[in-house]
Amino acid sequence: MSAPLAGAPLAGLRPVRRRSRRTRARRWGVDALGLLVFLVMIFPVYWMVATAFKPGGDIIANTPVWFPTHPTLSNFSDAIDRPYFWTSVRNSLIVVVSVVVISLVLAFLAALALAKFRFYGRKAFIVLIIAVQMVPLNALIIPIYLVLSKAHQVDKLSGLVITYLTFVLPFTIWTLRGFLLGVPRELEEAAQVDGSTRFGAFVRILLPLIGPGLVATSIFAFIQAWNEYLMASVLVHSAHNQTLTLWLAGFITDRGTAWGPLMAGATLTALPVVLFFVAIQRRIAFGLTSGAVRG
Amino acid sequence: MSSRSPAAAASVAPPYLRRRRPLGRRLRRAFAPYGLLLPASAVIAAVLAYPLYYLVRLSFQHYGLFQLVRHKGEAIGTANYTEIFHDSVFWHTLLRTVAVTAVCVVLTVVLATLIALLLAELSSWVRLLLTAGLIFVWATPVVVAISVWSWMIDFEFGVANWTLTKLGVGNFNHHDWLANPWSGWSVIISLIVWGAIPFVAITLYAGLTQVSRELVEAASIDGASRWRIFRDITLPLLKPIYVIVISLSIIWDFQVFNQVWLITNTTPSPDYYVMAVYSYVTSFKISEYGLGSAIAVVMVAIMALISVFYVRQMVKLGDVE
Repeated sequence: MSAPLAGAPLAGLRPVRRRSRRTRARRWGVDALGLLVFLVMIFPVYWMVATAFKPGGDIIANTPVWFPTHPTLSNFSDAIDRPYFWTSVRNSLIVVVSVVVISLVLAFLAALALAKFRFYGRKAFIVLIIAVQMVPLNALIIPIYLVLSKAHQVDKLSGLVITYLTFVLPFTIWTLRGFLLGVPRELEEAAQVDGSTRFGAFVRILLPLIGPGLVATSIFAFIQAWNEYLMASVLVHSAHNQTLTLWLAGFITDRGTAWGPLMAGATLTALPVVLFFVAIQRRIAFGLTSGAVRG
Repeated sequence: MSSRSPAAAASVAPPYLRRRRPLGRRLRRAFAPYGLLLPASAVIAAVLAYPLYYLVRLSFQHYGLFQLVRHKGEAIGTANYTEIFHDSVFWHTLLRTVAVTAVCVVLTVVLATLIALLLAELSSWVRLLLTAGLIFVWATPVVVAISVWSWMIDFEFGVANWTLTKLGVGNFNHHDWLANPWSGWSVIISLIVWGAIPFVAITLYAGLTQVSRELVEAASIDGASRWRIFRDITLPLLKPIYVIVISLSIIWDFQVFNQVWLITNTTPSPDYYVMAVYSYVTSFKISEYGLGSAIAVVMVAIMALISVFYVRQMVKLGDVE
């Protein structure tokens, strides 16, 4: 009896140690695989930035130059000097900021109703808001174009603002409602008991609490409107009214593309989006999945 | 949760407590939500509901250049539908769209699942790096992504041709990727899948982290293989997330436009038509707005069927009682 008992721990020890070596090897393998996936995914982004900083001779090379060893800013100055760059930036900013501000005000009121009141038709409205975000905008562009052309809003920034509300507003209502739901009702009630009016409670309690949510929502709305291409391509005809995505697309479709300046322009177009996105990404992933597994 | 319980308490509160409030304030409180919803509802009705109604009406009209000038279509009944249903290009386009969507969604979901599972196993610094990489790709605007990809597949100096030739896959020197629809579509599908992976992978990974570790460990002590653990524990628990990401992916990929339109230099040959492109070309290139609307209505109808799954799951998750 005692022999097998004595032998057992020894026999048990060996495989454990071997397994730990094996798990370490496995760990290395997994990490190497993770690095490989990272390199494959990031490569196009890297290639854009690398090309943007390379001098022309390194871009048009029969053997790719993998690192910008002679970095230059000339592609950026070429891109910025191309006609209508600053006009496009200004147009994009005007359109996007207007859309975000209008959506935020309208959506905040609606989200307040949906999150803080119970009333007849509330559920129906929520279902509607979710469903409406599924309407394919690529299909709506035909009637929108015809209606706007009747109202003389084609080739105008105001027409573009109206159009962008179709996708930004429902999304904003939905996201803000989520943030408002996260505010405990007890806090507001406590403020009201303390003699504050409903409005006072709103300003002093609710607003600071959902501040980060408001910022995250407006940034996401900003990104969506900033990236839009199809609607703008149908609704804007003249170069001095184009948005930044149209300006960039005009670059791509040029025959005999100047790749260096194009990549510099692409980098500049992506820059604000990437910065904003990194700032809020935690909230996005969380907002999408919080509570999803519990159900 | 915390917002729900006090509300429930209020609704069962003794009636005398509620009667104390003056009538004016009660009325104001009853109508307040409708007042708050009014502005947003009016805008949604104007920019979404009306165009949707108008789209359906247009699909029963002849609306060409002449009608465009007069801003008035001519009712022609179901002639547009008869025409597209007898049009072989339409059927090919529909089939192609379904096939492309299927390939893109399957590739996206499978690869994203593998990446999510990989993320869960990585050491923390590699995980951070890969997450950051995914976020950069996610954040890349689609027009920017298309411009980078068209540079990578450039027939003269593109990095794709050089790499594939060096790897010995074949002679890709001066290979024009878009000349042949098969190689063209493989580029477009890679571009779509590459752009779609980060959202799905990060969402699935966020879901994975919420799966109870004890459950997985218990199963692995009981001798269950990794595949069985994934199939019998992880997958059922993540099902709600899968319903959402799969239906969203189908909806996004079915209406794909930009990637096809811009990579083919805004002049796609019929081999590159998908529903959105065909509807666009019919409306805005040959000015048959009624016909284009009929194609768009078919697209909307198919997407509506798919979004039922998404909406149901969202309503279930969205704490709508």
